[in-house]
Amino acid sequence: MGRNQLNQTLPAFGAAQIRLLEKLSNAQAVSGDEGEVRKIVLENIRPNVDELRVDALGNVLAIKRGSADSRLKVMIAAHMDEVGFMLTAEEDKEEGYYRFEVIGGIDPRYIVGKVIKMSHQELYGVIGSKPIHLTPPEERKNLLGIDSLRIDFGSTSNKAKIGDRATFSTRFQKIGDLLRGKALDDRLGVAILIELLKYSYPHLDILAAFTVQEEVGLRGAKVAAYALNPQVGLVLDCTPAYDLPLEVEDSEPPPENSRYNTKLGRGPAIYLADRETLSDPRWIAHLVQTAEELQLPYQFRQPGGGGTDAGSIHLQRSGIPSISLSIPGRYIHTPAALASFVDWKNTFHLAYSALQRLTANIFTQER
Amino acid sequence: MKTTEIKSILQQLTSVPALSGYESRLHETLNALWQPYLDQTSISRVGSYHALRYGKAAEPRPRLMLTGHMDTIGLMVNRIQDGFLRLTAIGGIDARLLPGQMVTVHGKREIPAMIVQPPPFLLPKEFQTNPVPLQHLWADCGLSADQARQQIQIGDLVTFDQAFLELNNDIVASPGLDNRASLAALTVCIQELTKHQPLWDSWFVASVQEEETQVGALSSAFQIQPHLAIVIDVTFANSPGSPPHKTYPLGKGITLGWGAAVHPYLYNSFKDLADQLEIPYKLEPMPRRSGTDADSLQTVAQGIPTMVIGIPLRYMHSAVEMVSLKDIQRVARLMVEFIDRLDVDYLEKIKWDETN
Repeated sequence: MGRNQLNQTLPAFGAAQIRLLEKLSNAQAVSGDEGEVRKIVLENIRPNVDELRVDALGNVLAIKRGSADSRLKVMIAAHMDEVGFMLTAEEDKEEGYYRFEVIGGIDPRYIVGKVIKMSHQELYGVIGSKPIHLTPPEERKNLLGIDSLRIDFGSTSNKAKIGDRATFSTRFQKIGDLLRGKALDDRLGVAILIELLKYSYPHLDILAAFTVQEEVGLRGAKVAAYALNPQVGLVLDCTPAYDLPLEVEDSEPPPENSRYNTKLGRGPAIYLADRETLSDPRWIAHLVQTAEELQLPYQFRQPGGGGTDAGSIHLQRSGIPSISLSIPGRYIHTPAALASFVDWKNTFHLAYSALQRLTANIFTQER
Repeated sequence: MKTTEIKSILQQLTSVPALSGYESRLHETLNALWQPYLDQTSISRVGSYHALRYGKAAEPRPRLMLTGHMDTIGLMVNRIQDGFLRLTAIGGIDARLLPGQMVTVHGKREIPAMIVQPPPFLLPKEFQTNPVPLQHLWADCGLSADQARQQIQIGDLVTFDQAFLELNNDIVASPGLDNRASLAALTVCIQELTKHQPLWDSWFVASVQEEETQVGALSSAFQIQPHLAIVIDVTFANSPGSPPHKTYPLGKGITLGWGAAVHPYLYNSFKDLADQLEIPYKLEPMPRRSGTDADSLQTVAQGIPTMVIGIPLRYMHSAVEMVSLKDIQRVARLMVEFIDRLDVDYLEKIKWDETN
C-alpha cells in the first residue's frame, strides 16, 4: 500500500480540531482549578464513552470498552492543568496592586511587561516595572524577581481576591501552519485524547484520564492510575523544542545546535527516558514500528530531564509499562507556545494507529 | 467631553503604530480627528503634522503652538538567521520586558511574532539565569529560513502586538500611550475649542522623532514661529518599585513642569488657571532637562517661551503603558481655557522683571 492509501484510512483531523484546541487553549485551568477545561472535556466525550466520572481530585476518568472477548486495558492520560499565577496579598489598597506567586515552572524573565487575565472573570491586570528612564543601566542587569513584581488592576474597585488564580491573557491564534497559544502544554494532548475517544478499538478497553495538577508534581495521574488499574499506560503531552539557532556569529558553516530536545515539524516525539520514567521498550518498539509502517514521521525526544504523568503512572500498583508521546512545542510555560499543526496531527494519527494495532501479545514478551 | 468619547479617540490613536522616523502612518488618523475642526492642515518637511485654527483678533495675530509628539518606541530587524530575527531598539527599551512579548513584524506583510529568549544552554554563561540583553533575544515568526528571507528584510519595523485594555475607573492600558495620550488631549482640545472664539492663532502640532533627536518639534517651531509654545507629554506615574519622589499619582491630576525649560510666567499663568478651574495638579520639578520636546523647542530661532504639561503614565516604554482618561480630560480642559483667555497683550506681560 502506498502512503496515500495508508493515509486514507486515517481519521480526519483539521478545522474542527483546531476550533476545539482554540477553546481549550483560551480556557483557564491553573493547577488545582481545572474546572473550565474539565467542562469542555465532559461535554465533548460524554457521547463517546461507556463510563464517566470525576474523581476526588478533579480528574476526569472515562472508560470506553472494546468488543473483543479478550481486551487489553490501556490508560491514556493528558493533563488539563496549566501553569499560572495566584494572588497572595493585597499590597496597596489605594492603587490595586497585588503580590502573587507562580504555579508551575514559569521563568520570571517571561513575566515582566505582560497582561494577565483572572480565571473565571473578565478582569485583566498588568505586570509592569519601573520605567527605563528611572532605571540606571547597571540596575537593568538585575533580575526582576517575583517578589519585586506586582499585578496591577489599575484601581481597587475590582473583584480580585487573595487566592484567585490567573494566567497570561494570550488568545489562541493559528499562524500559517503553526499553532500559537497559552497552555498548549497540554491542551494539544487533551484535544487528541478527546478525538481518540470518538473511535472504537475492539481489542482494548480505553481508560482515559484527563488529569489535574501535573504541573505541580504529577499528582492527578497518581490517583487516576490507581483507580483505573490499567495494564499499560500511554501519556500524551507537550515537550519543549529547543531548536533555536546557536549564538555563533562568525563561524562558517555554523555549528549545529545539538541539544534541541525536539525539533518543530519533525513529527511526534517518542520518549525514551526522562527524569521520572524509563519508557517501556515494548512500547517504544510498537510506536516506532507503527510509524514506520504507516510512513508517519517521528522523532526521539533527547533523553534527559523533565517528566510527564508517566512518572506517576508507571509506579502505581504492581507497575504499569508506560510511555509518553509528545507534541514538540517551543516556549512552553511562557505567554505562548508555538507548535506545528502537522506535528499535532501526526501525533494523533500515530496514537490512533498504535492503539488500533495494540494487542496484549506485545506486552507478554519480556521487556 | 466625556471620558467614554476620549477613550474611543485614544483607541483610534493607539491602533496605528508609528515608530520614530516612520510616523506618516498616523497622518490619516489625524486627518480624521483634527481636519474637520480646523482651518488648515499641512505636513512639515520632516513629517510633523501641522493644523491651524485662526484667531479672531485683527492681523497680525499672535501665534500659540501646542505640540505633542506622535512617534512611539519600537524595534527594528537588524539580522536574520535561520528564520529567526535579531532586533534593535528604536527609543529606550528595557530588554527585561521583552521575552514573551507578542510583536508584529512589518515585512512584505504584517507577520505575527513573539520575542523569545533562547534556552540557557544556547546563551553565554552570564545570561543563563540573568536578564538576557536584546542582542541575544530572538523574534520567532515561525517561518523557515527561506520564508523569512522572502518576507522580511533588515530594517523592517517591529511593533508591540498588545490589545488596548480597559481597566477600571477610566484607567486604560496599551502600547503607545506615550505619547498618544497627549495627542488625545490635543484632539479633545481642538474639538472643544469649536465652542469658543479665541483671539490668537492656535497651531496644533503632532511632532516626529521626539524619542530620538526631537527634529520634529524644533523644525515645526522654526516654520511656525510661535510666540508661545506648550508641550504636552506624558510623565512618570507612581508604580511598584518606582521612587515616590520622582513619580505622580495616576488619575489624580496633571503635572505642570517647572525648571529651565519652562518660562516662569507661563508656569504661573497655568498654575493660577488650574487653581481657578479646580483642576488638580502637581508641580513637576525639571531641574535640568525636561525630557520632552521643550528642550529643543525653547532654543529655536530667537527663543520661545515654553510650557510643559504632563499626563502621568505608568510603566512608560512598555507594552502595558497605563493612563487615566480623567487626566487627559483635565489637560484638554486646561488648554481650552488657556487659549480662550489669551489676550492680545498677553505677550507684553511676559517680562522677566515682572516675573518671579
